[in-house]
Amino acid sequence: MSIQSWEPAAPTTTLDRPPARERRSVVKPGRFKQYEPVVIGTLSVVIALAAWQIVANARIYSILFVPGPWDVAQAFVKLFQTGDIWLDIGTSGAEIGIGYGMAVVAGLALGLLMGWYTRFQYALDPFVNFFYSTPRIVLIPLFILWFGIEMQPKIAVIFLGALFPIIINTMAGVRNTEAALLRVARSFGAPDALIFRRVVLPGSVPFILTGFRLGVGHALTGVVVGELIAAKHGVGQLIAIAGQTFQTPKMLAGVILIAGTGMLLTTIIQRVENRFQSWRPQIR
Amino acid sequence: MYDRSAKLAAKGVVIEYWLQRSRSLFTAVKGVDLEVRPGELLAIVGPSGCGKTTFLNAVDGLIPIAGGSLTLDGREIRSPGRDRAMVFQQPGLLPWRTVLGNVIFGVEAQGSMTKTQAIARARQQIELVGLKGFEDAYPLELSGGMQQRVNLARALLTDPEMLLLDEPFAALDAQTREMMQLELLKIWSQTRKTALFITHDIKEAIYLADRVIVFTRRPGRVKNVVDIKLSRPRDLRVKRDPQFLTYEDEIWESIQEELAVPAERLIAGVPAA
Repeated sequence: MSIQSWEPAAPTTTLDRPPARERRSVVKPGRFKQYEPVVIGTLSVVIALAAWQIVANARIYSILFVPGPWDVAQAFVKLFQTGDIWLDIGTSGAEIGIGYGMAVVAGLALGLLMGWYTRFQYALDPFVNFFYSTPRIVLIPLFILWFGIEMQPKIAVIFLGALFPIIINTMAGVRNTEAALLRVARSFGAPDALIFRRVVLPGSVPFILTGFRLGVGHALTGVVVGELIAAKHGVGQLIAIAGQTFQTPKMLAGVILIAGTGMLLTTIIQRVENRFQSWRPQIR
Repeated sequence: MYDRSAKLAAKGVVIEYWLQRSRSLFTAVKGVDLEVRPGELLAIVGPSGCGKTTFLNAVDGLIPIAGGSLTLDGREIRSPGRDRAMVFQQPGLLPWRTVLGNVIFGVEAQGSMTKTQAIARARQQIELVGLKGFEDAYPLELSGGMQQRVNLARALLTDPEMLLLDEPFAALDAQTREMMQLELLKIWSQTRKTALFITHDIKEAIYLADRVIVFTRRPGRVKNVVDIKLSRPRDLRVKRDPQFLTYEDEIWESIQEELAVPAERLIAGVPAA
Protein backbone atom coordinates (compact mmCIF):
# COMPACT_ATOMS: atom_id res chain seq x y z
CA MET A 1 0.00 0.00 0.00
CA SER A 2 1.54 3.27 -1.04
CA ILE A 3 1.39 6.25 1.22
CA GLN A 4 -0.84 8.13 -1.18
CA SER A 5 -3.57 5.51 -1.29
CA TRP A 6 -3.85 5.40 2.45
CA GLU A 7 -7.46 5.45 3.55
CA PRO A 8 -8.60 7.39 6.59
CA ALA A 9 -11.11 4.86 7.89
CA ALA A 10 -8.41 2.50 9.06
CA PRO A 11 -6.31 3.52 12.06
CA THR A 12 -4.53 0.23 11.51
CA THR A 13 -2.10 0.43 14.40
CA THR A 14 -4.97 0.06 16.83
CA LEU A 15 -7.82 -1.85 15.25
CA ASP A 16 -6.39 -5.27 15.88
CA ARG A 17 -5.97 -4.55 19.57
CA PRO A 18 -8.49 -6.27 21.82
CA PRO A 19 -10.74 -3.85 23.72
CA ALA A 20 -9.01 -2.77 26.90
CA ARG A 21 -11.67 -4.07 29.25
CA GLU A 22 -11.39 -7.63 28.00
CA ARG A 23 -9.36 -9.86 30.31
CA ARG A 24 -6.45 -11.48 28.56
CA SER A 25 -4.78 -14.78 29.23
CA VAL A 26 -2.06 -16.70 27.44
CA VAL A 27 -3.65 -20.10 28.00
CA LYS A 28 -7.23 -20.96 27.19
CA PRO A 29 -9.21 -20.32 30.38
CA GLY A 30 -10.85 -23.40 31.89
CA ARG A 31 -14.51 -23.49 32.89
CA PHE A 32 -13.54 -23.43 36.57
CA LYS A 33 -11.77 -20.06 36.20
CA GLN A 34 -15.03 -18.14 36.04
CA TYR A 35 -16.32 -19.48 39.37
CA GLU A 36 -12.93 -19.47 41.06
CA PRO A 37 -13.53 -16.47 43.37
CA VAL A 38 -16.83 -17.84 44.69
CA VAL A 39 -15.57 -21.42 45.04
CA ILE A 40 -12.39 -20.49 46.89
CA GLY A 41 -14.22 -17.98 49.09
CA THR A 42 -16.93 -20.47 50.07
CA LEU A 43 -14.41 -23.20 50.68
CA SER A 44 -12.33 -21.08 53.06
CA VAL A 45 -15.44 -20.12 55.05
CA VAL A 46 -16.55 -23.75 55.28
CA ILE A 47 -13.13 -24.81 56.51
CA ALA A 48 -13.06 -22.06 59.13
CA LEU A 49 -16.54 -22.99 60.38
CA ALA A 50 -15.59 -26.68 60.53
CA ALA A 51 -12.46 -25.90 62.55
CA TRP A 52 -14.50 -23.74 64.89
CA GLN A 53 -17.09 -26.54 65.31
CA ILE A 54 -14.38 -29.09 66.07
CA VAL A 55 -12.82 -26.89 68.73
CA ALA A 56 -16.24 -26.20 70.24
CA ASN A 57 -17.22 -29.89 70.20
CA ALA A 58 -14.06 -30.81 72.07
CA ARG A 59 -15.62 -28.82 74.94
CA ILE A 60 -12.29 -27.76 76.37
CA TYR A 61 -14.13 -24.61 77.32
CA SER A 62 -17.78 -24.36 78.31
CA ILE A 63 -20.46 -23.22 75.87
CA LEU A 64 -20.46 -19.92 77.75
CA PHE A 65 -16.96 -19.15 76.51
CA VAL A 66 -16.79 -20.95 73.15
CA PRO A 67 -20.14 -21.77 71.60
CA GLY A 68 -19.87 -23.62 68.28
CA PRO A 69 -21.31 -22.35 65.01
CA TRP A 70 -24.17 -24.80 65.36
CA ASP A 71 -25.09 -23.28 68.78
CA VAL A 72 -25.04 -19.83 67.27
CA ALA A 73 -27.18 -20.96 64.34
CA GLN A 74 -29.73 -22.44 66.73
CA ALA A 75 -29.78 -19.24 68.77
CA PHE A 76 -30.25 -17.30 65.54
CA VAL A 77 -33.28 -19.38 64.57
CA LYS A 78 -34.70 -19.06 68.07
CA LEU A 79 -34.35 -15.28 67.86
CA PHE A 80 -36.72 -15.21 64.96
CA GLN A 81 -39.19 -17.63 66.52
CA THR A 82 -40.16 -15.09 69.15
CA GLY A 83 -41.64 -11.88 67.76
CA ASP A 84 -39.48 -9.55 69.88
CA ILE A 85 -36.64 -9.54 67.40
CA TRP A 86 -38.69 -7.56 64.90
CA LEU A 87 -39.09 -4.71 67.35
CA ASP A 88 -35.31 -4.67 67.84
CA ILE A 89 -34.60 -4.82 64.12
CA GLY A 90 -37.26 -2.20 63.44
CA THR A 91 -35.83 0.17 66.05
CA SER A 92 -32.22 -0.21 64.94
CA GLY A 93 -33.25 -0.09 61.29
CA ALA A 94 -35.18 3.13 61.78
CA GLU A 95 -32.27 4.69 63.66
CA ILE A 96 -29.85 3.78 60.89
CA GLY A 97 -32.26 4.77 58.13
CA ILE A 98 -32.90 8.22 59.56
CA GLY A 99 -29.36 8.93 60.80
CA TYR A 100 -27.59 7.63 57.72
CA GLY A 101 -30.14 9.20 55.36
CA MET A 102 -29.59 12.60 56.96
CA ALA A 103 -25.81 12.09 56.79
CA VAL A 104 -26.01 11.32 53.05
CA VAL A 105 -28.04 14.44 52.31
CA ALA A 106 -26.02 16.79 54.51
CA GLY A 107 -22.65 15.21 53.72
CA LEU A 108 -23.22 15.37 49.99
CA ALA A 109 -24.36 18.99 50.11
CA LEU A 110 -21.55 20.15 52.39
CA GLY A 111 -18.91 18.11 50.57
CA LEU A 112 -19.89 19.50 47.16
CA LEU A 113 -20.02 23.07 48.47
CA MET A 114 -16.67 22.73 50.23
CA GLY A 115 -15.09 21.20 47.15
CA TRP A 116 -16.45 23.80 44.74
CA TYR A 117 -16.09 26.96 46.86
CA THR A 118 -12.60 27.18 48.34
CA ARG A 119 -13.60 29.83 50.86
CA PHE A 120 -16.43 27.68 52.14
CA GLN A 121 -13.88 24.95 52.68
CA TYR A 122 -11.54 27.31 54.58
CA ALA A 123 -14.44 28.23 56.86
CA LEU A 124 -15.58 24.66 57.64
CA ASP A 125 -12.28 22.80 57.56
CA PRO A 126 -11.48 23.34 61.26
CA PHE A 127 -14.82 21.83 62.30
CA VAL A 128 -14.60 18.91 59.91
CA ASN A 129 -11.08 18.13 61.09
CA PHE A 130 -12.07 18.43 64.74
CA PHE A 131 -15.04 16.09 64.48
CA TYR A 132 -13.34 13.66 62.16
CA SER A 133 -10.47 13.17 64.60
CA THR A 134 -12.86 12.71 67.53
CA PRO A 135 -14.48 9.29 67.99
CA ARG A 136 -18.06 10.53 67.81
CA ILE A 137 -19.33 7.82 70.15
CA VAL A 138 -17.78 9.64 73.09
CA LEU A 139 -20.52 12.21 72.61
CA ILE A 140 -23.25 9.67 73.41
CA PRO A 141 -23.54 10.65 77.11
CA LEU A 142 -24.14 14.23 76.02
CA PHE A 143 -26.76 13.14 73.47
CA ILE A 144 -28.51 11.05 76.13
CA LEU A 145 -28.56 14.12 78.32
CA TRP A 146 -30.06 16.15 75.49
CA PHE A 147 -32.44 13.66 73.92
CA GLY A 148 -33.14 10.92 76.49
CA ILE A 149 -32.84 7.21 75.76
CA GLU A 150 -35.27 6.94 72.86
CA MET A 151 -34.05 6.81 69.24
CA GLN A 152 -32.78 10.40 69.01
CA PRO A 153 -29.33 10.02 70.67
CA LYS A 154 -28.60 7.00 68.43
CA ILE A 155 -29.75 8.87 65.34
CA ALA A 156 -27.47 11.75 66.32
CA VAL A 157 -24.43 9.54 66.78
CA ILE A 158 -25.09 7.63 63.53
CA PHE A 159 -25.51 10.92 61.71
CA LEU A 160 -22.23 12.32 63.03
CA GLY A 161 -20.47 9.02 62.40
CA ALA A 162 -21.45 8.76 58.74
CA LEU A 163 -21.38 12.49 57.98
CA PHE A 164 -17.65 13.15 57.99
CA PRO A 165 -16.39 10.33 55.77
CA ILE A 166 -19.06 11.40 53.25
CA ILE A 167 -18.07 15.09 53.45
CA ILE A 168 -14.36 14.37 53.17
CA ASN A 169 -14.65 11.96 50.25
CA THR A 170 -17.13 14.10 48.32
CA MET A 171 -14.89 17.11 48.73
CA ALA A 172 -11.88 15.10 47.56
CA GLY A 173 -13.88 14.02 44.50
CA VAL A 174 -14.64 17.59 43.49
CA ARG A 175 -11.07 18.68 44.21
CA ASN A 176 -9.62 15.85 42.13
CA THR A 177 -11.34 16.94 38.94
CA GLU A 178 -8.73 16.72 36.22
CA ALA A 179 -7.32 20.14 35.33
CA ALA A 180 -7.23 19.18 31.64
CA LEU A 181 -10.99 18.56 31.63
CA LEU A 182 -11.68 21.91 33.26
CA ARG A 183 -9.50 23.62 30.68
CA VAL A 184 -11.38 21.98 27.83
CA ALA A 185 -14.73 22.99 29.34
CA ARG A 186 -13.57 26.60 29.88
CA SER A 187 -12.12 26.76 26.39
CA PHE A 188 -15.51 25.91 24.92
CA GLY A 189 -17.01 28.63 27.09
CA ALA A 190 -18.98 26.31 29.38
CA PRO A 191 -20.80 28.19 32.15
CA ASP A 192 -19.92 27.18 35.73
CA ALA A 193 -23.21 25.35 36.26
CA LEU A 194 -22.57 23.16 33.23
CA ILE A 195 -18.98 22.48 34.28
CA PHE A 196 -20.27 21.40 37.67
CA ARG A 197 -23.05 19.15 36.33
CA ARG A 198 -21.26 17.60 33.37
CA VAL A 199 -17.63 17.47 34.46
CA VAL A 200 -17.17 17.81 38.21
CA LEU A 201 -20.15 15.82 39.47
CA PRO A 202 -19.79 12.71 37.27
CA GLY A 203 -16.06 12.69 37.99
CA SER A 204 -16.75 12.75 41.73
CA VAL A 205 -19.17 9.81 41.76
CA PRO A 206 -16.56 7.14 42.61
CA PHE A 207 -15.31 9.26 45.53
CA ILE A 208 -18.83 9.98 46.74
CA LEU A 209 -19.76 6.31 46.72
CA THR A 210 -16.58 5.47 48.64
CA GLY A 211 -17.72 7.99 51.23
CA PHE A 212 -21.13 6.32 51.39
CA ARG A 213 -19.49 2.94 51.85
CA LEU A 214 -17.22 4.12 54.66
CA GLY A 215 -20.24 5.85 56.21
CA VAL A 216 -22.09 2.52 56.51
CA GLY A 217 -19.38 1.15 58.79
CA HIS A 218 -19.51 4.22 61.00
CA ALA A 219 -23.30 4.12 61.11
CA LEU A 220 -23.36 0.49 62.28
CA THR A 221 -20.75 1.18 64.95
CA GLY A 222 -22.83 4.14 66.06
CA VAL A 223 -26.07 2.21 66.41
CA VAL A 224 -24.55 -0.71 68.29
CA VAL A 225 -22.46 1.34 70.70
CA GLY A 226 -25.31 3.76 71.20
CA GLU A 227 -27.67 0.97 72.14
CA LEU A 228 -25.09 -0.71 74.35
CA ILE A 229 -24.99 2.41 76.47
CA ALA A 230 -28.69 3.16 76.73
CA ALA A 231 -31.71 1.94 74.82
CA LYS A 232 -35.16 0.41 75.21
CA HIS A 233 -35.02 -1.73 72.07
CA GLY A 234 -32.59 -2.49 69.30
CA VAL A 235 -30.15 -5.11 68.06
CA GLY A 236 -27.31 -3.47 70.00
CA GLN A 237 -29.45 -3.60 73.12
CA LEU A 238 -30.15 -7.29 72.42
CA ILE A 239 -26.43 -7.98 72.15
CA ALA A 240 -25.76 -6.10 75.38
CA ILE A 241 -28.43 -7.93 77.39
CA ALA A 242 -27.48 -11.36 75.99
CA GLY A 243 -23.85 -10.69 76.85
CA GLN A 244 -24.62 -9.53 80.38
CA THR A 245 -26.82 -12.56 81.02
CA PHE A 246 -24.23 -15.04 79.70
CA GLN A 247 -26.26 -16.11 76.66
CA THR A 248 -23.20 -16.15 74.45
CA PRO A 249 -24.76 -17.93 71.43
CA LYS A 250 -27.61 -15.39 71.38
CA MET A 251 -25.12 -12.55 71.66
CA LEU A 252 -23.14 -13.87 68.71
CA ALA A 253 -26.36 -14.31 66.74
CA GLY A 254 -26.95 -10.58 67.25
CA VAL A 255 -23.41 -9.82 66.10
CA ILE A 256 -23.99 -11.86 62.94
CA LEU A 257 -27.17 -9.91 62.29
CA ILE A 258 -25.22 -6.63 62.44
CA ALA A 259 -22.33 -7.96 60.38
CA GLY A 260 -24.74 -9.35 57.78
CA THR A 261 -26.47 -5.99 57.48
CA GLY A 262 -23.12 -4.25 57.00
CA MET A 263 -22.02 -6.70 54.33
CA LEU A 264 -25.34 -6.39 52.52
CA LEU A 265 -25.29 -2.58 52.47
CA THR A 266 -21.64 -2.49 51.41
CA THR A 267 -22.32 -4.94 48.59
CA ILE A 268 -25.24 -2.86 47.35
CA ILE A 269 -23.10 0.28 47.25
CA GLN A 270 -20.31 -1.65 45.55
CA ARG A 271 -22.75 -2.80 42.85
CA VAL A 272 -23.78 0.80 42.29
CA GLU A 273 -20.11 1.78 42.10
CA ASN A 274 -19.47 -0.86 39.43
CA ARG A 275 -22.45 0.37 37.44
CA PHE A 276 -21.04 3.87 37.39
CA GLN A 277 -17.61 2.63 36.38
CA SER A 278 -18.49 0.56 33.36
CA TRP A 279 -16.22 2.83 31.31
CA ARG A 280 -13.17 1.95 33.39
CA PRO A 281 -11.12 -1.01 32.15
CA GLN A 282 -10.82 -3.74 34.74
CA ILE A 283 -7.58 -3.98 36.67
CA ARG A 284 -6.40 -7.55 36.61
CA MET B 1 1.15 44.74 5.57
CA TYR B 2 -1.01 42.33 3.60
CA ASP B 3 -3.50 43.13 0.86
CA ARG B 4 -6.16 40.91 2.42
CA SER B 5 -7.44 41.82 5.84
CA ALA B 6 -6.12 39.55 8.56
CA LYS B 7 -8.29 37.06 10.39
CA LEU B 8 -6.23 37.16 13.53
CA ALA B 9 -4.02 40.13 14.30
CA ALA B 10 -1.54 40.27 17.16
CA LYS B 11 0.23 43.57 17.79
CA GLY B 12 2.91 43.83 20.46
CA VAL B 13 1.29 41.13 22.57
CA VAL B 14 2.77 40.79 26.05
CA ILE B 15 1.78 37.96 28.39
CA GLU B 16 2.89 37.88 32.00
CA TYR B 17 1.94 35.80 34.96
CA TRP B 18 2.77 35.59 38.62
CA LEU B 19 4.77 32.69 39.88
CA GLN B 20 3.13 31.75 43.17
CA ARG B 21 6.15 30.31 44.91
CA SER B 22 8.76 32.94 44.12
CA ARG B 23 6.19 35.77 44.05
CA SER B 24 7.78 37.11 40.89
CA LEU B 25 6.35 38.32 37.63
CA PHE B 26 7.20 36.05 34.72
CA THR B 27 7.16 37.31 31.16
CA ALA B 28 6.27 34.48 28.81
CA VAL B 29 5.74 36.45 25.62
CA LYS B 30 6.97 39.97 24.88
CA GLY B 31 5.94 41.89 21.82
CA VAL B 32 4.48 39.32 19.43
CA ASP B 33 3.44 40.80 16.09
CA LEU B 34 1.77 38.46 13.66
CA GLU B 35 -1.21 38.09 11.39
CA VAL B 36 -3.08 35.00 10.33
CA ARG B 37 -4.76 35.41 6.94
CA PRO B 38 -8.22 34.02 6.22
CA GLY B 39 -8.09 30.35 5.23
CA GLU B 40 -4.43 30.10 6.07
CA LEU B 41 -2.74 27.38 8.09
CA LEU B 42 -0.04 29.09 10.11
CA ALA B 43 2.40 27.13 12.23
CA ILE B 44 4.46 28.50 15.11
CA VAL B 45 7.67 26.70 16.05
CA GLY B 46 10.19 27.64 18.67
CA PRO B 47 12.52 26.29 21.32
CA SER B 48 10.74 24.61 24.22
CA GLY B 49 9.52 27.04 26.82
CA CYS B 50 9.41 29.94 24.37
CA GLY B 51 5.81 30.81 25.21
CA LYS B 52 4.17 29.52 22.04
CA THR B 53 1.52 27.54 23.90
CA THR B 54 0.97 30.47 26.23
CA PHE B 55 0.38 32.66 23.21
CA LEU B 56 -2.15 30.17 21.83
CA ASN B 57 -3.96 30.11 25.18
CA ALA B 58 -4.25 33.89 24.95
CA VAL B 59 -5.69 33.60 21.44
CA ASP B 60 -8.22 31.12 22.84
CA GLY B 61 -9.04 33.65 25.55
CA LEU B 62 -8.07 31.38 28.42
CA ILE B 63 -5.47 33.82 29.74
CA PRO B 64 -5.44 37.63 29.52
CA ILE B 65 -2.75 39.63 27.76
CA ALA B 66 -0.80 42.24 29.70
CA GLY B 67 -0.05 44.49 26.74
CA GLY B 68 -0.59 45.01 23.02
CA SER B 69 -3.70 43.94 21.19
CA LEU B 70 -5.13 40.68 19.97
CA THR B 71 -8.08 40.77 17.58
CA LEU B 72 -10.06 38.21 15.63
CA ASP B 73 -12.01 39.65 12.70
CA GLY B 74 -11.31 43.06 14.21
CA ARG B 75 -12.84 42.20 17.58
CA GLU B 76 -10.75 42.22 20.74
CA ILE B 77 -10.25 38.75 22.28
CA ARG B 78 -11.16 38.80 25.96
CA SER B 79 -12.55 35.37 26.71
CA PRO B 80 -13.17 32.02 25.01
CA GLY B 81 -15.75 32.32 22.26
CA ARG B 82 -17.68 30.38 19.68
CA ASP B 83 -15.47 31.76 16.92
CA ARG B 84 -12.52 29.71 18.17
CA ALA B 85 -12.02 26.05 19.05
CA MET B 86 -8.95 24.41 20.48
CA VAL B 87 -7.48 21.00 19.82
CA PHE B 88 -5.47 20.22 22.94
CA GLN B 89 -2.17 18.43 23.35
CA GLN B 90 -3.75 16.18 25.99
CA PRO B 91 -7.05 14.95 24.53
CA GLY B 92 -9.00 15.94 27.66
CA LEU B 93 -11.87 13.55 27.01
CA LEU B 94 -14.52 12.80 29.63
CA PRO B 95 -13.69 9.16 30.48
CA TRP B 96 -17.30 8.31 31.37
CA ARG B 97 -18.61 9.48 28.01
CA THR B 98 -18.49 7.59 24.75
CA VAL B 99 -16.81 8.95 21.63
CA LEU B 100 -20.15 10.40 20.52
CA GLY B 101 -20.75 11.98 23.93
CA ASN B 102 -17.30 13.55 23.88
CA VAL B 103 -17.61 14.90 20.36
CA ILE B 104 -20.79 16.77 21.24
CA PHE B 105 -19.30 18.16 24.47
CA GLY B 106 -17.93 21.28 22.75
CA VAL B 107 -21.27 22.41 21.28
CA GLU B 108 -23.00 21.33 24.47
CA ALA B 109 -20.72 23.63 26.47
CA GLN B 110 -21.36 26.45 24.02
CA GLY B 111 -25.08 25.79 24.02
CA SER B 112 -25.08 26.39 20.28
CA MET B 113 -27.10 23.37 19.08
CA THR B 114 -29.98 21.21 20.19
CA LYS B 115 -28.97 17.77 21.32
CA THR B 116 -30.57 15.95 18.35
CA GLN B 117 -28.89 18.31 15.95
CA ALA B 118 -25.56 17.89 17.72
CA ILE B 119 -25.75 14.09 17.62
CA ALA B 120 -26.65 14.01 13.94
CA ARG B 121 -23.78 16.33 12.99
CA ALA B 122 -21.40 14.57 15.37
CA ARG B 123 -21.93 11.31 13.50
CA GLN B 124 -20.84 12.98 10.27
CA GLN B 125 -17.87 14.54 12.01
CA ILE B 126 -16.84 11.18 13.49
CA GLU B 127 -16.91 9.71 10.01
CA LEU B 128 -14.82 12.59 8.70
CA VAL B 129 -12.06 11.94 11.24
CA GLY B 130 -12.14 8.21 10.48
CA LEU B 131 -13.73 6.90 13.66
CA LYS B 132 -16.87 5.39 12.14
CA GLY B 133 -17.84 2.31 14.14
CA PHE B 134 -16.28 3.66 17.34
CA GLU B 135 -19.15 5.99 18.32
CA ASP B 136 -19.97 3.98 21.44
CA ALA B 137 -16.41 3.23 22.54
CA TYR B 138 -15.06 4.81 25.70
CA PRO B 139 -11.87 6.93 25.59
CA LEU B 140 -9.89 4.43 27.66
CA GLU B 141 -10.56 1.81 24.99
CA LEU B 142 -8.98 4.01 22.30
CA SER B 143 -5.36 4.44 21.29
CA GLY B 144 -3.68 7.83 21.60
CA GLY B 145 -4.17 8.57 17.90
CA MET B 146 -7.86 7.76 18.06
CA GLN B 147 -8.29 9.93 21.14
CA GLN B 148 -6.78 12.83 19.25
CA ARG B 149 -9.24 12.23 16.41
CA VAL B 150 -12.05 12.67 18.95
CA ASN B 151 -10.33 15.82 20.23
CA LEU B 152 -10.22 17.15 16.66
CA ALA B 153 -13.82 16.17 15.89
CA ARG B 154 -15.02 17.92 19.05
CA ALA B 155 -13.39 21.16 17.93
CA LEU B 156 -14.58 20.86 14.30
CA LEU B 157 -18.19 20.23 15.34
CA THR B 158 -18.36 23.73 16.83
CA ASP B 159 -17.65 25.04 13.31
CA PRO B 160 -15.28 27.78 14.49
CA GLU B 161 -13.96 30.72 12.49
CA MET B 162 -10.52 29.68 13.58
CA LEU B 163 -9.04 26.37 14.68
CA LEU B 164 -6.31 26.42 17.32
CA LEU B 165 -4.08 23.38 17.59
CA ASP B 166 -1.71 23.00 20.53
CA GLU B 167 0.89 20.35 19.61
CA PRO B 168 -1.94 17.86 19.04
CA PHE B 169 0.32 15.08 17.77
CA ALA B 170 3.28 15.58 20.12
CA ALA B 171 2.37 12.64 22.36
CA LEU B 172 1.86 10.16 19.50
CA ASP B 173 4.34 7.65 18.15
CA ALA B 174 6.18 8.61 14.96
CA GLN B 175 4.09 6.56 12.52
CA THR B 176 0.75 7.56 13.99
CA ARG B 177 1.90 11.18 13.98
CA GLU B 178 2.66 11.10 10.26
CA MET B 179 -0.70 9.54 9.49
CA MET B 180 -2.48 12.13 11.60
CA GLN B 181 -0.64 14.93 9.80
CA LEU B 182 -1.70 13.55 6.45
CA GLU B 183 -5.25 13.25 7.62
CA LEU B 184 -5.35 16.68 9.21
CA LEU B 185 -4.32 18.15 5.86
CA LYS B 186 -7.10 16.23 4.15
CA ILE B 187 -9.73 17.44 6.59
CA TRP B 188 -8.34 20.96 6.49
CA SER B 189 -8.44 21.06 2.70
CA GLN B 190 -12.14 20.13 2.86
CA THR B 191 -13.03 22.84 5.37
CA ARG B 192 -10.33 25.46 4.68
CA LYS B 193 -10.60 26.75 8.22
CA THR B 194 -8.14 29.38 9.29
CA ALA B 195 -5.82 27.50 11.61
CA LEU B 196 -3.03 28.28 14.04
CA PHE B 197 -0.86 25.25 14.72
CA ILE B 198 1.69 25.15 17.54
CA THR B 199 4.45 22.57 17.37
CA HIS B 200 8.07 21.98 18.26
CA ASP B 201 8.43 19.62 15.30
CA ILE B 202 9.96 21.56 12.39
CA LYS B 203 9.06 18.94 9.79
CA GLU B 204 5.48 18.90 10.97
CA ALA B 205 5.28 22.68 10.71
CA ILE B 206 6.65 22.77 7.15
CA TYR B 207 4.56 19.86 6.00
CA LEU B 208 1.29 21.36 7.23
CA ALA B 209 1.62 25.10 7.01
CA ASP B 210 1.36 27.89 4.47
CA ARG B 211 3.72 29.91 6.59
CA VAL B 212 5.94 28.97 9.52
CA ILE B 213 6.72 31.49 12.23
CA VAL B 214 9.78 30.95 14.39
CA PHE B 215 9.64 32.23 17.96
CA THR B 216 12.68 33.38 19.90
CA ARG B 217 13.43 31.79 23.23
CA ARG B 218 11.63 33.16 26.28
CA PRO B 219 10.25 35.77 26.42
CA GLY B 220 8.97 34.78 22.98
CA ARG B 221 8.75 37.11 20.01
CA VAL B 222 8.49 36.48 16.28
CA LYS B 223 12.02 35.86 15.02
CA ASN B 224 11.30 35.19 11.39
CA VAL B 225 8.58 34.12 9.00
CA VAL B 226 9.12 31.44 6.37
CA ASP B 227 6.72 31.18 3.43
CA ILE B 228 6.24 27.54 2.51
CA LYS B 229 5.75 27.41 -1.24
CA LEU B 230 5.13 23.68 -1.56
CA SER B 231 2.17 22.83 -3.75
CA ARG B 232 -0.94 21.29 -2.29
CA PRO B 233 -2.26 18.66 -1.88
CA ARG B 234 0.88 17.42 -0.17
CA ASP B 235 1.53 13.76 0.44
CA LEU B 236 4.13 12.46 2.84
CA ARG B 237 6.80 12.25 0.11
CA VAL B 238 6.98 16.04 0.17
CA LYS B 239 9.10 15.57 3.28
CA ARG B 240 11.95 14.32 1.07
CA ASP B 241 11.62 17.12 -1.48
CA PRO B 242 14.84 19.21 -1.79
CA GLN B 243 12.83 22.39 -1.27
CA PHE B 244 11.40 20.92 1.93
CA LEU B 245 14.90 20.20 3.21
CA THR B 246 15.98 23.76 2.45
CA TYR B 247 13.12 25.08 4.56
CA GLU B 248 14.05 22.65 7.28
CA ASP B 249 17.67 23.84 7.32
CA GLU B 250 16.63 27.45 7.39
CA ILE B 251 14.22 27.00 10.30
CA TRP B 252 16.53 24.70 12.19
CA GLU B 253 19.36 27.20 12.02
CA SER B 254 17.06 29.93 13.19
CA ILE B 255 16.01 27.87 16.22
CA GLN B 256 19.55 26.76 16.92
CA GLU B 257 20.64 30.36 17.35
CA GLU B 258 18.07 30.59 20.10
CA LEU B 259 19.38 27.48 21.80
CA ALA B 260 23.07 28.34 21.54
CA VAL B 261 23.03 30.82 24.39
CA PRO B 262 24.95 30.59 27.66
CA ALA B 263 22.85 29.04 30.40
CA GLU B 264 23.02 32.06 32.69
CA ARG B 265 21.50 34.25 30.01
CA LEU B 266 18.66 31.77 29.55
CA ILE B 267 17.92 31.95 33.24
CA ALA B 268 18.05 35.72 33.30
CA GLY B 269 15.71 35.79 30.34
CA VAL B 270 17.63 38.40 28.38
CA PRO B 271 16.09 38.78 24.93
CA ALA B 272 18.14 37.66 21.95
CA ALA B 273 20.19 40.32 20.22
